[in-house]
Amino acid sequence: MKQWKRFKNSYFLHSFKRDRVAIVSFVVLLTLILLSILAPVIAPHNPYDTASIDIMDAEMPPSWMEEGNSDFILGTDIQGRGLLSTMLYGLRLSVMIGCGAVFLQAIIGIFIGMISGYAGGKVDSFLMRIADVQLSFSTLMVAIMISAIFQVAFGVSRYEQLAVPLLVLIIGLAEWPQYARTVRASVLGEKNKEYVEAARVIGLSSRRIRWRHILPNTMSPVLVISTIQVANAVMSEAALSFLGLGMPITKPSLGSLINSGFEYIFSGSWWITLFPGILLVVFVLVINLLGDWLRDVLNPKLYKG
Amino acid sequence: MNHLLEVKDLEVKFGLRMGDLTAINGVSFTLDRSERLGLVGESGAGKSVTGFSIINLISKPGYISGGSVVFDGRNLTRLTDEEMRHIRGNLISMIFQDPMMTLNPVLTIGTQMIETLQAHMNISRKTAEDIALEKLRKVHIPSPEKRLKQYPHEFSGGMRQRIVIAIALLTDPALVIADEPTTALDVTIQAEIMDLLLELCESEGTGLILITHDLAVVSQVTQKIAVMYAGKIVEAGQTEDIIDNPLHPYTQGLIKALPDGSNPGTRLNQIPGVMPSLIDIPPGCAFNPRCMIRGDICRHESPALREIYGYRSMVACHMLDSAEKQAGANVTK
Amino acid sequence: MFAFVVRRITQAIIVMLVIGLLGFSIKQKIGDPVRDIVGVSVSVAERDALREKLGLNDPFLTQYVRFIKNAVHGDLGMSFFFKRPTLEVILSKAPATLELVFASSLIIIFLSIPLGIYTAINPRNLPSRIIMGGSIVGVSIPVFLTAIILIYIFAVELHWLPSYGRGETVNIWGWESGFFTLDGLKHLILPSIALSSIMLPLFIRLIRSEMMEALETEYVKFAWAKGLSRWRIWFLHAFKNTLLPVITVGGVQLGILIAYTILTETVFQWQGMGFMFLEAVERSDTSLLVAYIIVVGALFVVVNTIVDIIYGLVNPTVRITGRK
Repeated sequence: MKQWKRFKNSYFLHSFKRDRVAIVSFVVLLTLILLSILAPVIAPHNPYDTASIDIMDAEMPPSWMEEGNSDFILGTDIQGRGLLSTMLYGLRLSVMIGCGAVFLQAIIGIFIGMISGYAGGKVDSFLMRIADVQLSFSTLMVAIMISAIFQVAFGVSRYEQLAVPLLVLIIGLAEWPQYARTVRASVLGEKNKEYVEAARVIGLSSRRIRWRHILPNTMSPVLVISTIQVANAVMSEAALSFLGLGMPITKPSLGSLINSGFEYIFSGSWWITLFPGILLVVFVLVINLLGDWLRDVLNPKLYKG
Repeated sequence: MNHLLEVKDLEVKFGLRMGDLTAINGVSFTLDRSERLGLVGESGAGKSVTGFSIINLISKPGYISGGSVVFDGRNLTRLTDEEMRHIRGNLISMIFQDPMMTLNPVLTIGTQMIETLQAHMNISRKTAEDIALEKLRKVHIPSPEKRLKQYPHEFSGGMRQRIVIAIALLTDPALVIADEPTTALDVTIQAEIMDLLLELCESEGTGLILITHDLAVVSQVTQKIAVMYAGKIVEAGQTEDIIDNPLHPYTQGLIKALPDGSNPGTRLNQIPGVMPSLIDIPPGCAFNPRCMIRGDICRHESPALREIYGYRSMVACHMLDSAEKQAGANVTK
Repeated sequence: MFAFVVRRITQAIIVMLVIGLLGFSIKQKIGDPVRDIVGVSVSVAERDALREKLGLNDPFLTQYVRFIKNAVHGDLGMSFFFKRPTLEVILSKAPATLELVFASSLIIIFLSIPLGIYTAINPRNLPSRIIMGGSIVGVSIPVFLTAIILIYIFAVELHWLPSYGRGETVNIWGWESGFFTLDGLKHLILPSIALSSIMLPLFIRLIRSEMMEALETEYVKFAWAKGLSRWRIWFLHAFKNTLLPVITVGGVQLGILIAYTILTETVFQWQGMGFMFLEAVERSDTSLLVAYIIVVGALFVVVNTIVDIIYGLVNPTVRITGRK
């Protein structure tokens, strides 16, 4: 209860309430996440139920255009699936994979960053070298390469079956260096503070000091990059799916939808690509806006007078 | 009287989200040609801001909200940006505190000197170079021809400040404003630099406003002193008067706080308390919470800077006035 | 100083060897060199004989060393699909990608510098806010979507520009260039705009923040006090100090740019290395895949090492500690 009161009066909440962009972004984000979670409930059709899909419905334009059908508000894709429903499910997949991947990379990154920062010396140099090299390849490149290799190794159909966990794994592996670097920088800063020395003097084990004492103090920057990383993960997943290295067309994410709709813009069915595209952009945009706001709030150095 | 510089009721504010803050609250002083004035006070008193206001170079969100700065007959606060540009670095030069930060690390000394000359005078590069070399020699920089091509980091702190002084004197300005010119330097170099500055000002007849917290330096270099506290001048007068016979309680405290080496091992004298920050200036006389001789009026009314009967200096203090009046009254009796 | 350079180059070589090892392991596990050479319709006995001949039954380390030796001589295996050495295939596609990257870089440089400087000098006025707002939106639109939208507007609807391919190219000493024909240039426009759209916001923000920092420094204040013209102050005094951080970040962004060429080339069917990589994946052409990874890896390592060395040359503190 006291925590809640403290939060209510905090600078954090105060500046949130003052920043209209942050509020709007938060509301939109919350709505989108809710929509994605409730997709199975609120979607007008089930795009995974092959029995309910009629190929004759394919490529129908949105309901407000002629030839449109009020059954399919945003039109249908090339297989005859309602676009709105497919988009909702696709958003769901994007959210799941995005959060899963960030979770994974956070765990790996925090762990490595903590060890690296705390231990210092050769261990630190070695680990950070790996992180640097991986970062210099750019995480997207690494993700593409890993997924390319997996796809060739497993074969396309097996790959598609395991798509969701594989994507979480791939993106998680590709992006851990960011977390590691951030945590390590924090740890280096905290390591020399007095409370660490005090803990050591009392006789606490290194492990306890690391995880129970230092770690909570490094959470602030971790929180800031987490928002950006979720946006990155969603973008990466979209890119991979677009290239055919991600979610298959049978269980499409927004990226796969954009890919499948691409060739059809030439024949005039622009909605198949555009609507998923807009949804993706809006989703990533609000995350980025919130991330920007978060960074400004948690970083008092930047005075926006 | 035709002063070189006349600052009258200068007021500077800072426009912050929560409202405007007054940093300089009615500052007035004059400077004649070839005169040297020391602007003294603690950090935060407003001395640097005053210095910057003269050439209208206060960083945002600060701005001049009132008063005038008349230089050679012209009111600088009323000039356009372009007109001010011709005055800065040309008729009035400024020297900053830390020479390492003042000189641009990616440009050579030569570039930084020649550009100043070419910005204000229509001369060839060669002529500018010659003038630069001459000034470098004046500040005792050896082998100046080689130095022109070097970068700031290739010089020691003391040499860098000499270069900054040389830059300030390139156009033979009528006035140099030096903002804590020796604070960032080693103690051993400080005296050298101060001597150099004094020597140059004397020989060229350049006016000097020396902004510093160091009373000892000021006593040796300047002819006049103005003591600032919380955005106002509390005492102003001839240097020897102020040093030998400070009137305002704050000035007295400052003088007393100077270590004079006569009683080694004893505690230094301190003025209790701290100078208030801009947000927290107490009503009435800003110094009153720390003042030994404060009276009731001091808590309500802010004293004006005025002459005290029987003394040459101007002081801003209620209590002195009445005390002197009483003393004066006693004397005349 | 010399020690620093040597250390960096040694690190670079180690990283290359590791990349080589990874690539080689992938080839071993997934690829089939025999198939690469003779295709699929060959008897088992002939296959085994070929395996023996190629030394494919030797221990891992021997093969690895052989692989490295070959790689150093430029032999990275045969492409199963193209039936040509992989390096040859890659090099034949390289000009397309390089020209695309070059054109995008030009756009990025010529737009981000003025926009970055402008938004730094006037942080709060309307055009600046629009530019910064546009930046956030730009960063949120995936590059392939930008590409598709560009195609839709300019090719499908307006018919102003072509929607795929490189157009007419001119062969200059083996380099197929699209720069010298009008048709080639027209084909270059949309892809390079799409590719630059991801990096542009980043550079604008980077230049802006570095400029804002530079504008707050004492030496810029001193420049104002000297009465210099503001153009000189903005472009010489302030901007010159932003170059170093911008270049170092820029060098590292190369990796991201190459990743994005894969996406862009796919949309525009641009016959470059990125498109080739994707086709190699679809055709399970492992040799080509691995060769691409190694070549691109080498490119990154070289660029990053050069950038590191330049940074060390200019910033002495790095040489001593060895780390940023």
